Amino acid sequence: MTHIISVQNLRKTYGKTIAVDDISFEVSQGEIFGFLGPNGAGKTTTVECLQALRNPDSGKISVIGLDPSHQAQELRRRIGSQLQESALPDRIKVWEALDLFASVTDKISDWHSLLEQWGIAEKRRSSFAALSGGQKQRLFIALSLVNSPEVVFLDEMTTGLDPAARRVAWDLIRAVRDRGTTVVLVTHFMDEAENLCDRVAIVDKGKIVASGSPRGLIAAYATDIRVLFSTDKPDLAFLEKVSGVKNITRRGDRVEVEGSGPLLALVAAVLVEHGIVPSDLRVEQPSLEDVFLKVTGRAVVD
Amino acid sequence: MRMLTKLTWVEMKLFIREPMVVVFTLALPIIFLFVMGGVFGNTPNPEVYRGVGAMNYYMPSYYGLIMMAIGTVALPLHLAGYRERGILRRFRASSFSIWTVLGSQLLVSAVIAIVGSLLVTIFGFVTYHPDLPENIPQLIGAFFLGVACFTAFGFFLGAVLPSTRAAQGIGLILFFVMMILGGAGPPPEVMSGIMGYIGDATPLRYVILTLQNAWLPGPDFGWHTSASLVTAGITVVSALLAARFFRWE
Ligand SMILES: Nc1ncnc2c1ncn2[C@@H]1O[C@H](COP(=O)(O)OP(=O)(O)OP(=O)(O)O)[C@@H](O)[C@H]1O
Ligand SMILES: [Mg+2]
Repeated sequence: MTHIISVQNLRKTYGKTIAVDDISFEVSQGEIFGFLGPNGAGKTTTVECLQALRNPDSGKISVIGLDPSHQAQELRRRIGSQLQESALPDRIKVWEALDLFASVTDKISDWHSLLEQWGIAEKRRSSFAALSGGQKQRLFIALSLVNSPEVVFLDEMTTGLDPAARRVAWDLIRAVRDRGTTVVLVTHFMDEAENLCDRVAIVDKGKIVASGSPRGLIAAYATDIRVLFSTDKPDLAFLEKVSGVKNITRRGDRVEVEGSGPLLALVAAVLVEHGIVPSDLRVEQPSLEDVFLKVTGRAVVD
Repeated sequence: MRMLTKLTWVEMKLFIREPMVVVFTLALPIIFLFVMGGVFGNTPNPEVYRGVGAMNYYMPSYYGLIMMAIGTVALPLHLAGYRERGILRRFRASSFSIWTVLGSQLLVSAVIAIVGSLLVTIFGFVTYHPDLPENIPQLIGAFFLGVACFTAFGFFLGAVLPSTRAAQGIGLILFFVMMILGGAGPPPEVMSGIMGYIGDATPLRYVILTLQNAWLPGPDFGWHTSASLVTAGITVVSALLAARFFRWE
């Protein structure tokens, strides 16, 4: 596979704050690559360096074969950007914005179908200021795709979208990828990274602390599953003898059994044996959240 | 080129949708014209208005007033607001260059100045009957020099003023100071001492002198070489400073 993006030893500081601390990674043509990390981890700074919107202190960047520090304009013309923070003039109409931003490319832009796909077709004559937060967000995603980019950067793309709109957005982004556009996605939503990304890099305090496919990361870092239920029986010591159990935590009535193997069946069996038949018995598979916890030692706090 | 055309067209529409700016650039000069013409008429008095009729004096002055409103109020507010809100950032990310962004503003400013001046002209001739301009090619030259001057001045203010609030405050102060002391308000002859000096320090004074000399007849009013050179100088310095201090965010 060819690398459409390659970054070596990227570093960026703001005064004393080290925002990006020696990051290196590669993105392959046609994949959805995600940056996952807590607030202030340096995700936006990293992807904005790749979009020639910030100047790194040091490091080597190549995006579609271009160097952002010397070929900024050509690069910006050929990529798509949905920025975490930006705006449009209050009184510009939705269709005017799409028509305007389509003019950056000589390719024929089908912005009418983008309006339809992103669900803002009936708002085409509304001014930007009159859009709801989620509609603005969808307009910005549509704008990032209007020049048929080779790579599109989406920074917190689903912020402000309702749950249904998020699912739709994921499907649309998959379709964009299937048409050949490489997608670089910044998010702090674990489920988004897990569902959408072919590969993710977990960023914390300016460094990539782990990277790989979501499944690969989970297999490598988080093998334990959890069984959860509620009971008011005080003595649960018998659970410790179940094979595979590693840890039992209890908060009031709520019990969490952590371990590996066929945990649910075994725990269920002994519970029944001891006359406990909880109606809310369920299992939680390991997720990227657990990977994150493992590699950073902290939970993501949003 | 296509981006410049598209952006200019969009900016043109955005201008029309911004009532405050339309008032300052298009409506205010006509209101002044109406009041001043009603009060002073067009009978020459050797003591004031450079010895010509008030309306002959004010017609070219109000062309300058429109340009000045664009340079002190419209452009700085627009550019500072665009930067503050992240609109410039959005443009930049989509490969709009500084030349496209400022070029579109220059074109819009020129169109607004032309439209505003035509309105002043039509209104002035219908109501108070000033004399026709003496030298139309010179007037056109002076006009575009003035537009260039105040557009560059507006770019400079828009580049250095950090926020919309600053642009609003400082822009409005400059607007009123220039309007009153720079030659579009009371006749310059009645302003003594410090007021005269301040008036002489405003770009509007030189833009108006250049315009008036092209408009007015007679041996006293040839092409105003010194005023036009000062105007050109302000244009160049403002443009250089604007290019030097322009920030996308
Ligand atoms: N323009 C700036 N000036 C000064 N410091 C900055 C600037 N931009 C970012 N920082 C700092 O750099 C660090 C990384 O910020 P960045 O925006 O890249 O984080 P992020 O991972 O995108 O976070 P979030 O999830 O909140 O968007 C933070 O500590 C932030 O305070
Ligand atoms: Mg961010």
